[in-house]
Amino acid sequence: MIGLEHFLILSAILFSIGIYGVLVKRNAIAILMSIEIMLNAVNIAMVAFSRYLALLTGQVFAIFIITVAAAEAAVGLAIVVAIYRSRRTVDVGEVDLMKW
Amino acid sequence: MGMEIAFWILAALGVGSALAVVLNRDIFRAALFLVFCFFTIAGIYITIGADFLAGVQVLIYVGAISILIIFAIMLTRQTQRGSPSNRLPLPALVIGLAFLGAMVFIVLTTNWHVVTPLPEAGPTTGAIALELFDPESGFVLPFEIASVLLLAAAIGAIVLAREK
Repeated sequence: MIGLEHFLILSAILFSIGIYGVLVKRNAIAILMSIEIMLNAVNIAMVAFSRYLALLTGQVFAIFIITVAAAEAAVGLAIVVAIYRSRRTVDVGEVDLMKW
Repeated sequence: MGMEIAFWILAALGVGSALAVVLNRDIFRAALFLVFCFFTIAGIYITIGADFLAGVQVLIYVGAISILIIFAIMLTRQTQRGSPSNRLPLPALVIGLAFLGAMVFIVLTTNWHVVTPLPEAGPTTGAIALELFDPESGFVLPFEIASVLLLAAAIGAIVLAREK
């Protein structure tokens, strides 16, 4: 029988993969992709809680998370495109205009 | 039983494709693996019994966000240069594994007050709508704020990405 723990551990594994990607990638789009994996991992945990604790609020929260993730992806990718247009790179190590 | 087999297959495929996203040096292939990962997560939602969210996942993540990501990859034209790692893969691996270990420990030691017996999984769309728009304890104001947020994000993305 699949319990709540299975879904929570799957969610934790996906979130850790996302953390690794965010810390290790140089390409800004790859970092955004890792953030999407992390948001999906959180959604799995939310939906699993809503099923196993018999509260639909978790699924409502998951819908809001998906909404915010869509907004984040649109604005984040627009920023990456704007950075590429002005500096000809999407390497986060080379975008150091505000670095002291 | 069938759902259990489906869960294990989908979980293995999801974790594998997520690993492929972060380990692949070709960013376009990583994006395609990300689309596959979103699909497997939609399948995971079905094994949990969240049919509405599975549909939303396919529509928004597989349909919209992946298209945005692939467009951004095309526009920034760095597919040849790939997406190499920086100089810190080992500390990042340590941090990720430490976080994973802590989470697994917490998940396994917490008493989660799971409802037993589990209620039958049925269609959730109507129930979510009632939960979302309930006048007493619903989420009407967050819903309206979310629509304003989406409008602001759409206008902001256009303004940011537009040619000057």
